[in-house]
Amino acid sequence: MEHALEVRAVSLRFGGVRALTDVSFSVKAGELFSIIGPNGAGKTSIVNCISGRYRPTEGQLFYHGRDITGMKPNARAQLGIGRTFQNLALFHHMSVLDNIMVGRHHLLKNNFLTGSLYWLTGARREELEHREKVEEIIDFLDLQSVRKATAGTLSYGLRKRVELARAMALEPKLILLDEPMAGMNFEEKEDMARYIVDLNEEYGMTVVMIEHDMGVVMDISHRVVVLDFGRKIADGDPADVLADPHVKRAYLGEEDELLVDPDDAPDHPSASEHAA
Amino acid sequence: MASSNLIPAGDFRSSYAADTTIFPTSTSRNFAILGVALVCFAPLVLTEYWLSILIQIGIFGIAALGLNILVGFTGQISIGHAAFFLLGAFTSAYLSNHLPIPVFFAIPLAGLVTAMVGLVFGLPAARLKGLYLVIATLAAQYILIDFFSRAEWFTGGSVPAMANPFSIFGYVLRGDRQYFYVVLAYVLVSYMLVTNLMRTRDGRALVAVRDHYLSAEIMGINLTKYRTLSFGLAAFFAGIAGALYAHYQLVVSNEGFGIERSILFLAMIIIGGTGSIMGTLMGTAFVVLLPEAMEWLSMELKGGVIDRALQLNTNLTFLREIAIGLIIIAFLVFEPDGLAHRWRQIKAYWKLYPFSH
Repeated sequence: MEHALEVRAVSLRFGGVRALTDVSFSVKAGELFSIIGPNGAGKTSIVNCISGRYRPTEGQLFYHGRDITGMKPNARAQLGIGRTFQNLALFHHMSVLDNIMVGRHHLLKNNFLTGSLYWLTGARREELEHREKVEEIIDFLDLQSVRKATAGTLSYGLRKRVELARAMALEPKLILLDEPMAGMNFEEKEDMARYIVDLNEEYGMTVVMIEHDMGVVMDISHRVVVLDFGRKIADGDPADVLADPHVKRAYLGEEDELLVDPDDAPDHPSASEHAA
Repeated sequence: MASSNLIPAGDFRSSYAADTTIFPTSTSRNFAILGVALVCFAPLVLTEYWLSILIQIGIFGIAALGLNILVGFTGQISIGHAAFFLLGAFTSAYLSNHLPIPVFFAIPLAGLVTAMVGLVFGLPAARLKGLYLVIATLAAQYILIDFFSRAEWFTGGSVPAMANPFSIFGYVLRGDRQYFYVVLAYVLVSYMLVTNLMRTRDGRALVAVRDHYLSAEIMGINLTKYRTLSFGLAAFFAGIAGALYAHYQLVVSNEGFGIERSILFLAMIIIGGTGSIMGTLMGTAFVVLLPEAMEWLSMELKGGVIDRALQLNTNLTFLREIAIGLIIIAFLVFEPDGLAHRWRQIKAYWKLYPFSH
């Protein structure tokens, strides 16, 4: 299967702080891929590298075989990379509808000249066509009742959903979701998990997701990569990764008392047995 | 928008086209058309004096509209707007005097020339934000004004430049009564264009840059392009307004277009409501009418205690400046969303009357 995304030996440093060290993994096209790890592990940093917010200090990023390491974020949107943010990043004074319409930016052709002349240049027809696409997304995410509401006035869960809608409007092939379920109650999480599975299965998007809720991660992801202190400590099938002793120590908080450094004692089966 | 809550019961939209109209209801559209029709009769009933005030509101309203695109919608800042206004005025005067270009075409051409210069001065906006950008635009103000006083070939130097009266197909329009319609046409077209801009792709991109530039970039919006573009658009409308002013006054000089005029333009959009198209016109009307109101007030108070204490007649101009300053502060504190917001509140109140909710 083709790799939708390949992260090759990416390191990211801010002065003396090593946010990422030599991280490599790849995501196959059509996969639902999760990035997990404790706070400060570098999960958002790697997503920021993929979406273009940060430029890796070392290493390369390939999107469908194309080197995107130095590409500007807005150019990546045109290639079909969309994302949501961990901390809400909606356009607060715009309506929900306009927020989602901004996602269509690179698909729309009208500009400030043709847009100003609205009726004469076909801008009106184009806007209405895209409005129809946006309404499909609104239906999919059940946002009908708030489409005219100002985004800044919505509840947290709804804003997260509007952000997902906006990223979907880009019609991305690869969608990056940074903690889509943070701060949600159980029902909202269930809904969001359903939407994410649908994105992957119905819309055929490759999904890369950062999430802390291990239940959701284990249930819906095809593959998982685990980061800790900016390094990759494991990747593969969710069940295998969970069983990995390094992951247990780093993420699930077991074996803390043993103080075994995973780098000093690689592949030491007795350590994990002891903990179990 | 708050107004969307006020759609009458039973008014259902059955197509996306019906949901994207400029006016929320057919009543509001009819009122707007009626309003424009009434304004068309203004030259027949109003005195020259009041007409000149309406013309000023129109001209400055176009310039303020440009500034509102820049400040209100894109979230940039400029305190060099008056210089672009003046550039438009000098350019139009130059084009119609020294080149065989009729005034009819010189006005939009002046707008385009000013837009080009605006784009150049907008380039720093790609890198600068906030206070640093203020200083960069302050430089634009002084560079341009200095250029006008030195470039004698262009402006006439110390002698004010003459501008031809507006003519159309050889028919020369004279006096406020005729020129009023030229300004009215430009106001209607400008406000229509900007309304359309703000409901299409690039208008949304500008607002996205203002609200959250990081996620705007992730959405595929080129920040440099749109920040610079907003300066170009602002300068375009300033240039158009300046050109209209030149052919209204028939003479152009540096006088009265220093930094204080730039700040007055900012006052117009703050009072009217940043990021509100109709608010721009309300704010402009407010700022233009304020000196008139002050004048009237001082006449009323003539001979009274306050007059004797403040010597209103001799100090009127200073008091006017103070009043404008105080009113800007008052608006920032009590009505940061401007007159446009107040107007929506009033509409909502009457819609729901006698119930308050």
